[in-house]
Formats: sequence, structure tokens, C-alpha cells
Amino acid sequence: MRAEPGQLEAPRVRRSVRARAVSAIAPFTVLAGVLWAFAQSYRLTFLNPRGEGFWWLAVEPPLLVILVGVFFGAFVAPGLLADLQAEEEEER
Amino acid sequence: MQPEAEFVHWLFATGFLVLGICLLAESIVGPEVWGRNPWRPHLWPGAMFVMGICMWPVMILFTNSTIHMVAHSAWAQVLMLSGGAELALARGKLTSRYWHLTVGLALIVSGAASLVHEQNAWLFSRSAFVHHALGWVMVGGAIFPIARTFRPRSFVLGAGFAATFLVVSVLLYSHRDVADIFGHLSPVAGAPHR
Repeated sequence: MRAEPGQLEAPRVRRSVRARAVSAIAPFTVLAGVLWAFAQSYRLTFLNPRGEGFWWLAVEPPLLVILVGVFFGAFVAPGLLADLQAEEEEER
Repeated sequence: MQPEAEFVHWLFATGFLVLGICLLAESIVGPEVWGRNPWRPHLWPGAMFVMGICMWPVMILFTNSTIHMVAHSAWAQVLMLSGGAELALARGKLTSRYWHLTVGLALIVSGAASLVHEQNAWLFSRSAFVHHALGWVMVGGAIFPIARTFRPRSFVLGAGFAATFLVVSVLLYSHRDVADIFGHLSPVAGAPHR
């Protein structure tokens, strides 16, 4: 007995949504940091240093947000997407 | 060399952002896929445990008042307890699901400590507003890890848990030592700076 096309397509769409959602986390986080940097550029003291101390130059919140997005995109998301794809293939 | 309080808040905001996006990803893919890689389940509990360790220097160095020291040490203890319990669960050293309740306990204790140690009203300054808001977000957000203990595969509970940490992160990033909040700043709060 052959399955109806709708029965096969519905789970595939749901899984691809999961993969797309995971893929979007890192770019969205980086974008949030970039938009914040433009909105409050005075928080980026390295652009116009005027004798600030170590902490003002080391801790710049928009850059920290961008770094978290890069970290997730580089070290967590690739393996997670591969495992998600493997699970989806096992289910088929 | 000691950082001002706002830098510490921003660094912890970064830690909570890491927790939030890891938990969001876990809630999207589900605990089985998240646990396929042996190191991944240790990621956010490890971050929480490290944040607990980093809270001890905050307790030692930022001694504005006794209530500050008590609040900071309470945060350090519950962060280490919940992070350690989650690490042990990920490692298999603990097996009872009720150990997940320690995260809910951590949020309730942290929220209560934030509310108790903030002596000024909501609109006294941005710092006062942030601590009141943080307290209520953490106390309210504790419902998610507590309920998730009994329904670990619920996307809504997982996403709510992640959202709690993301909101905490945004609030901590908005903290300033002396700044106005919605146009309000008490004259006794001090001179605002950029």
C-alpha cells in the first residue's frame, strides 16, 4: 500500500523547519549585535578611544553579543545540524 | 584594575546569553538530538557552573553592604548547585529527574536575592529598575524548569526556559551604574555618565 503524498511531506516540512530554526540562531544573534552597535555606537569605545581604561576597551557589549553568535555558529550549530539530519534520516 | 559594577553585569549577561541560545537550540531539536554528541549536554550546565564560580570574586570584591554580600554568595551557591547537578545528570552520576528542580530553586533564590538586595524603588535609577525586573523575571521564570522536570520534551516549556535567560541577558546588558530609566533618575543617585 502506497502512502499518500501528504503523509510523507508533512513530517519533512516539520523537520526542515527545525533545521532552519537552528541555522538562524547564530546569524540572528550576530545581527542583533551589529544592529545594537549601530544604534549605540558610543558603546564601542575602541572606535574612538579617549584614555579609557582596560575594562572599557575589553568589555564592549555589542561585540560580546556578536562573539556569542560566532561561537554558536562555529562550534555548536554545525554538529547539531549534522546530528539533526542523521536523526531525520534514521526516522525515514 | 577592579571593574565597575556595570562591566560585571555585562559579562554575566554574556554568560546568560550563551545559556539562553543553547537552551533554545535544545528545545528546538529535542533532548535526544541534543544529547547525541557527548560534550553538548555538558555545555550549558558547565557554563552555569563556571558562572557560579565567577560569582565568588564578585561577592568578595563588591562589598557595598552586607545584603549585597549575602545576595552575591547566595547566587554563587545556587548557580554552582544547579550547574553541578545538571553536569552530574548529563554525566550519568545522578539519575533522578528531580535533580532538575535545582535550576528552579536557583532561579527562585536568585530572583528573591535580587529583589531583597535592591533597596531603592523601581524608578530610582536604571540599576534599581533592572534589579527589580530581574528579580520578578527569575521568580516567574522558575515555573519553566520546574514544569520541564516533569515534561522534558515540551517545546513550550523549553522555549520558555530559554526565553527566561534571554530576557535576563537583555536586562543585564541594559544595566548602567548611574543612568536614568524612562526619564527618571533620583537626584541622590549621582551624576549620570554615558
